[in-house]
Amino acid sequence: MNKPSNFVITDANEAAASVAYRLSENIAIYPITPSTPMAELSDEWSQAGKENLWGDIPTVVQMQSEGGVAGALHGALTAGTLATSFTASQGLLLMIPNMYKIAGELIPFVLHVTARSLATHALSIFGDHSDVMACRQTGFAMLCSNSVQEAQDLAAIAHAATLESRIPFLHFFDGFRTSHEINTYEPISNDILSELIDEDAVSAFHLHGLSPDSPVIRGTAQNPDVFFQAREAANDYYDALPSIVENVMTRFAKLTGRHYQLFEYTGAEDATDVVIAMGSGVETCQRVAKALNHAEGKTGVLSVRLFRPWSLEHFIEALPPTVQRICVLDRTKEPGSLGEPLYQDVVTALREARDLGKIPAEPVVLAGRYGLGSKEFNPSMAKAVFDNLASGDPMNHFSVGIIDDVTHRSLSVDETFKLTAENMFSAVFIGLGSDGTVGANKNTIKIIGEETDNCAQAYFVYDSKKSGAMTVSHLRFGPKQIKAPYLIQSAKFVGIHQWQFVTKYDVLKYAAQGGTVLMNSPFPPEKVWAKLPLEVQETLIEKQLELYVIDAYAVARKAGMGGRTNTIMQTCFFAISGILPKDEAISKIKSAIEKTYTRKGPTIVEKNFAAVDHALDSLYLVDLPASANSSTIFPPVVAVEAPDFVQRVTGVMLAGDGDRLPVSAFPIDGTWPCATSKWEKRNIATEIPVWDPDVCIQCGKCALVCPHATIRCKHYPEGALDEAPEDFLSAIFKDRKITDHRYTIQVAPEDCTGCGLCVTVCPAKNKANPRRKAINMEPHQETAERERMRWDFFETLPRPERTELGLTVRDTQLREPLFEFSGACAGCGETPYLKLLTQLFGDRLMIANATGCSSIYGGNLPTTPYCTDENGRGPAWSNSLFEDNAEFAMGMRLAVDKKTEIARSLLQKLAPQVGDMLVREIMMSHQKDELAVFAQRDRVAELKRKLGQIKDPSARRLMVFADFLVRKSVWGVGGDGWAYDIGFGGLDHVLASGRNVNILVLDTEVYSNTGGQASKSTPMGAVAKFAAGGKITPKKDLGLIAMGYRNVYVAKIAMGANDRQVIAALDEAESYDGPSLVIAYSHCIAHGYNLNFGLSQQKLAVESGHWPLYRHDPRRLDLGEPALQLDSRAAKRSLHEYVDNEVRYRALSQINPERAKELISAAEAHSGEMRRLYENLAHVNKPKPNNGTPI
Amino acid sequence: MKLETKYLGLTLPHPFILGASPLASNLDRIRHAEDAGVAAITLHSLFEEQVLRYEAGMEAHVYAHEDSFSEAGSYFTKDVDYHYGPEEYLTHISRAKEAVDVPIIASLNGTHLGGWSYFAKEIARAGADALELNLYYLPRVSDESAEIVESRLEEIVKSVSESVDLPIAVKLSPFFTSLAHVARRLENAGAKALVLFNRFYQPDINIEELEPTPTLKLSDSSELLLRLRWLAVLFGRYQMDLACTGGVHNRDDALKAIMSGADVLQLVSELLLNGVDRIGVIRREVENWMEEMEYESLAQMRGSMSYCRAPNPEAIERGNYLRILQSWEPGNTLTETQ
Repeated sequence: MNKPSNFVITDANEAAASVAYRLSENIAIYPITPSTPMAELSDEWSQAGKENLWGDIPTVVQMQSEGGVAGALHGALTAGTLATSFTASQGLLLMIPNMYKIAGELIPFVLHVTARSLATHALSIFGDHSDVMACRQTGFAMLCSNSVQEAQDLAAIAHAATLESRIPFLHFFDGFRTSHEINTYEPISNDILSELIDEDAVSAFHLHGLSPDSPVIRGTAQNPDVFFQAREAANDYYDALPSIVENVMTRFAKLTGRHYQLFEYTGAEDATDVVIAMGSGVETCQRVAKALNHAEGKTGVLSVRLFRPWSLEHFIEALPPTVQRICVLDRTKEPGSLGEPLYQDVVTALREARDLGKIPAEPVVLAGRYGLGSKEFNPSMAKAVFDNLASGDPMNHFSVGIIDDVTHRSLSVDETFKLTAENMFSAVFIGLGSDGTVGANKNTIKIIGEETDNCAQAYFVYDSKKSGAMTVSHLRFGPKQIKAPYLIQSAKFVGIHQWQFVTKYDVLKYAAQGGTVLMNSPFPPEKVWAKLPLEVQETLIEKQLELYVIDAYAVARKAGMGGRTNTIMQTCFFAISGILPKDEAISKIKSAIEKTYTRKGPTIVEKNFAAVDHALDSLYLVDLPASANSSTIFPPVVAVEAPDFVQRVTGVMLAGDGDRLPVSAFPIDGTWPCATSKWEKRNIATEIPVWDPDVCIQCGKCALVCPHATIRCKHYPEGALDEAPEDFLSAIFKDRKITDHRYTIQVAPEDCTGCGLCVTVCPAKNKANPRRKAINMEPHQETAERERMRWDFFETLPRPERTELGLTVRDTQLREPLFEFSGACAGCGETPYLKLLTQLFGDRLMIANATGCSSIYGGNLPTTPYCTDENGRGPAWSNSLFEDNAEFAMGMRLAVDKKTEIARSLLQKLAPQVGDMLVREIMMSHQKDELAVFAQRDRVAELKRKLGQIKDPSARRLMVFADFLVRKSVWGVGGDGWAYDIGFGGLDHVLASGRNVNILVLDTEVYSNTGGQASKSTPMGAVAKFAAGGKITPKKDLGLIAMGYRNVYVAKIAMGANDRQVIAALDEAESYDGPSLVIAYSHCIAHGYNLNFGLSQQKLAVESGHWPLYRHDPRRLDLGEPALQLDSRAAKRSLHEYVDNEVRYRALSQINPERAKELISAAEAHSGEMRRLYENLAHVNKPKPNNGTPI
Repeated sequence: MKLETKYLGLTLPHPFILGASPLASNLDRIRHAEDAGVAAITLHSLFEEQVLRYEAGMEAHVYAHEDSFSEAGSYFTKDVDYHYGPEEYLTHISRAKEAVDVPIIASLNGTHLGGWSYFAKEIARAGADALELNLYYLPRVSDESAEIVESRLEEIVKSVSESVDLPIAVKLSPFFTSLAHVARRLENAGAKALVLFNRFYQPDINIEELEPTPTLKLSDSSELLLRLRWLAVLFGRYQMDLACTGGVHNRDDALKAIMSGADVLQLVSELLLNGVDRIGVIRREVENWMEEMEYESLAQMRGSMSYCRAPNPEAIERGNYLRILQSWEPGNTLTETQ
């Protein structure tokens, strides 16, 4: 069958959202991966005036958390408007209380969920059913979609069925694998939706809404006499639901020709072995069962669509009567249970069916877990499940897809098993995040899916880094709708869009025997072979691959496109694959370019056209020799001197082989070693900074602002240079006291991301050639080797004595950073603050980190950037959740305080044995500054020595707690999404608690990690997702709110405006024995400009009055001074001088200049008013004591 | 008094028009200028270079972040057009046309041939009444001869005038070996008016920071002399209209420029300094003076002091220059020597 002409191609998020939007009147949203695109699309459609089925424009409101969303939805529903929302994972958990309420009140509603893991031993943004399974007891009906087509169709069925049944629905599909898979499907028209939706039910719902014109009361409190009965009163509705859903599915089939069942069986009619599953894994099992049956197997697959309420009758009807063995696959884990939820339901159902006489005997039922956290589930794994079922001694409660070498519960998988797919073309493209490979592939798949007779599928895999990430695009197309929800293992075409990957990774593992490979090579065709590592040459020959090369970098340069090689590689793909006649392909690529890039400007379109036109002239087929002869091999992933764990685990993950690591490789509780990022050596910068000692004034600013801690400073005795490499750079240390030391600034060339912030901030210019500064960007290729040797030597140089270092910018940068080489974006505005924090207090620092950017670059594996000093001390870091971070930090504080309290109590008890003098010194130490902390550490070391000789149980106990006699610094760190929105309630409580918890808000004024959604920190007039028309309210003044408590230390800082004030604020916050809140201006890629200018924008933000600098220190009141001290002057620039440089503001002046003008004027006026308020506050001080004179 | 004049095919009630400047950067200012009585409004220039830089910046710093991280496919809503210019500029033209009745003259500075004609077409489509080409270009390369520079200018004017039906004015710098020849080439290429002269952005130097610092120095009447001389030289030799820009600050400046041959006078600095309403004042003063001196019309006065009509044309040429220099002594002022 040819593809119907009305087919479209999108991902499941768009497919489901399209239905949900059209069938709703109010939509409450909050961003959470991977459901965020549904919320974003709804907001965009509403902004664009898109109408719902009834001609109204749904109202889309963003809330402060998913808990808030659920509350708002409950209100919108109870007052009688059709409402929907989208969520996943932790967000879904936050909705559970309201889900009980909505279900208990029988309110029609559909919640669309991209099923995702729950944070347990670690956070995972990826897909499994942990979240939805945590909702199976709420009273919501649960309907599962297995594919993009189904995500749309079952969304419609859920909306129709909820109205008819009054039972709310949780409609879910697999996060990422389905939500982000792009596939061809038949859309549902408004006419079909109109036919499907029962208008009488809609009216009944509207009329059921609360209204003072016909008042009723809901939400009563019921007592033991009636609650139980009332809870049972809705039973009929649940009993009726399966039939209602079935009826809707039948009507849907008549309207669309697509048939769905509550339990849908596919496979042999006389199957003996049946797999039962939900979600995308079903299609994989179905394809394998089909293949097995083709070879005379008797297998089948039962897809569970309506999981709640579970219809015993429909379940038994759907099972083939011949079934003897069942394997239930659950994509979740319930530690300690008899089995996972789906398994338990199946077992219960079969037992009850037998008791009711519906089946003569219960088949054997096995349970298996698969696919947690988007672990790949491919045909060979599904085959292992069927094989296990058919074996004489099957394993129960197994896992599949991993190697469990601890409890030995995993199935063996024959990785050579592959399904043959006739007429299906598969292609894999390996690119770099910023090179546009994914964008071009999205265009490719749209061209093929929309403008040819082919159906198409695309799925994209990203690595864990925020910049310099590797992307792998998996594309399939063929005449039939593609049902293959797993990664391509044998691609007919492999496109390698970045040469660097060829030399480091086994990228040809994706290539099928006899396939075609296209490499973007900076070398001419005749020289490419010699440049390939031996492993690559061998694979090319062994797999008999055809190799094409193009210097797309050169073509791009010629077309004025810089490093964007995407359309060039795309053109070559079309030309080589022959999917379309060459001219037609080029014309369609150009039309896609025009469509996609017109918003970027006519010149961009022109340049892309030129690149397309020139691409094929530079494409060459390479003659391959008969044997491999390269003298190079893949370099080791990590250095040989890396620790054992890094070699065994981290290194394997870095090589892209983490899937192969067995269970035994991992810590059992998510505890991970620090300081592993230094072994990664990403080499992603094209240019790196190189120091010029003759020009340098040794201010340390370059090191201060370096987001990845790749610039280090040291001074050291001259003699330390004896073993230095010949060209190692140093200068006389410019210091009044230390006159005989040398000084060096050194970059870590392999860890630098090339952002250039250091050069921008450098104040020292070469007087003869002011274009040169004391630090200058130079090509990585030409300098890396030399700088690597310098770096290695630099690492061996002694560090300055920490006790001699003050709090000047220069001195802070002579301290060792204990946060290095993170996966943050190049030029990140957050990480310099964190790094500084570790330089100031890293050896006694405990960090509670809210989920968000800082938890991702702070703790997203494979590597860990927090590290230790030479004594093995360093930041102890943990991430709990997004919403609870202030409380999490406070909990840490409570623990530290309690441990200290226990230690002090024991110490006093042991005073006679320990010695009064030492005990008194320890007990009396104020530890208000670093010297005192170091002295206390020495005393505690002495104490421990003494304790070792004391034979008293209390001494042994004190040994456990003794380190807590040394001051610890507890910090809650997170972004504005946490502090201003979802975590504000907790933050407020912690600040009000009076406890010594320090809070650092890395304020980017937007939800950065999920892609730029507005928070309450977003400034007035800025455009953000969910505030596409420009934010109409001023930024929330979090600092002012905190100052209201009077006993909270509050500071607002901006490194680019006043770095000394930043250091002072962090130091004061830490030393203040009470709650502290430091709000740090953090520039971000979501602001839309070259982050090279991040620090100058910070300065402009301050000078224009947008970001006043201040410190509110309650200790000053005791000195009779005002607590608030303003550290910046009143605005001396127009706000325009700041905002006009950023796309987030400019966008509005382009789409609606009058509104932009109005909002920016209002924002400027507001800043002025706030300034006056601050100035007044800065004159408020505590009355001085009146010396006993009666008032 | 008949002050009517013609410029770029437009019949204007008087010769005082607003020159390219921030004075027409928003609708309020444009309305104010009309209320103040300007005969036409020249908008600030659309700089192709700025558009290109913005596009390249967006590509490198905004779009490059798309589709590169699992949790964020983008950082800005895709339905918003973040593309900078020419839309912003074109919308400004359209809105200005809707807001006022006086003619709107757009201004364009391009970087390459395709860009000049592309943006000119867009400007025409947006509804501008005429187009002033701001041919600002700083030749820095040693192998770029005067001929190459002049040919390029000619090519630009030709390309734009062939692309659009709008009347084209060309704003020139005074720095040509043979301005009269360049003017002829530009006329042949399709220019309908010359605007004399462009004033240049001349950055100052911060000697401590070792940085160029932008400066904005407004013109004064002394700058008019250069314009007068070249208006006088060029008047009457071409079909092109002549506009004087730079140095017209008062009644006498205006009269001198007209007498030298200007069809219109573009005012900016005077209005920035003393408000747009100054244009009405100067106009009335000119009118009164002309009545007093019994002039019948502007046409009667125009070009009366040009090279081809002035009683002493040599004074416009080198002789005048020599006399000033020869009579100059330390302690004397130039006015005294005259």
